[in-house]
Amino acid sequence: MALQLFKIATVTVGSGGAATIELTSIPATYTDLCLKMSVRSSDTSNNTGDYDVLGFGFNGSQTGYTGKELQGSGSAASSVNRTTTTIGGVVYGRFNGIKNSYNSNTAFENFEMYIPNYASSNNKSISIDSVGEQNAADAMAILNASLWSNSSAITSIKFALGLGNFVQYSTATLYGIL
Amino acid sequence: MAKTATYSLIESQTAGSAVASVTFSSIPATFTDLVLVTNVRSTRSAADDSLYMRLNSDTATNYSYTELKGNGTTVTSNRQSSISSFYAAQNVAAASQASGTFTPVLFNLNDYSNATTHKTILARNSFAGGEVSAEVGLWRSTSAITTIQVYCAIGNLATGSTFKLYGIEAYK
Repeated sequence: MALQLFKIATVTVGSGGAATIELTSIPATYTDLCLKMSVRSSDTSNNTGDYDVLGFGFNGSQTGYTGKELQGSGSAASSVNRTTTTIGGVVYGRFNGIKNSYNSNTAFENFEMYIPNYASSNNKSISIDSVGEQNAADAMAILNASLWSNSSAITSIKFALGLGNFVQYSTATLYGIL
Repeated sequence: MAKTATYSLIESQTAGSAVASVTFSSIPATFTDLVLVTNVRSTRSAADDSLYMRLNSDTATNYSYTELKGNGTTVTSNRQSSISSFYAAQNVAAASQASGTFTPVLFNLNDYSNATTHKTILARNSFAGGEVSAEVGLWRSTSAITTIQVYCAIGNLATGSTFKLYGIEAYK
């Protein structure tokens, strides 16, 4: 049996940017989900790694998000507990972070989120790998383990940025895996 | 010429009851790489258990690994040489965790069917209640991988644990 990886939806941010990226009406017909994003924040803050906080949420839920991260900046490694972040009054799971536009950076973050058994009645465990490399000192490689303590099948995924917007040409593609 | 790249499900297993191990046998040599997606829980009466992998039923000390992990506070890197199995994840969810919580551990075994090189294994473990980690393993055998066994260090694999083995075929 071939071609077990199926594209469900693609979002491409147009001119003017977008405050959020959302994938809805996710069918329950697959086994796992794999989301691949190439994104950058319009924020220009100068912080370690030059990143913006990414909020992620499932089915509009604002509860049940926990996680841990392992980060490397090229000069130091750290591990941090993650819970939630509030963006525009909405509570999301938290991921640090997405490459921003400080110092005229034009590089995009390479981000992959894998959710096995997303339609099961168990809690949803999430694996995230992400890198933001821009040929400069400020970069981050991040491994994230998250948990959404909710027995509902995932039917939508929404992302928002803490400070900026998703810039033009940011993309998010959601695949279903059988 | 039409592209024929494929990502194919070879076999899927779900633990209908607690089992000591899960094994994939007679893995065909027709693909280029393998991906094993697991979502596991141990029956150990504790917060966590470790997960191991063994190839082709080899119990000799032909394995080694290096890991990088974080527990939310501390970053650690460890390694072991000449051990009898691949140490895939130091911790996955066990019986003390909230009901319905499993841990995804994703494996890549690239170029698994060649008969020339030693075999490498990449594992990504994402246990939000324990550790996030990446492990690289080496199996010092030039044999093609035909069998993969996964098991916990102390407990059994709990009911509902899932295992999906995919073959990836290179573009032709």
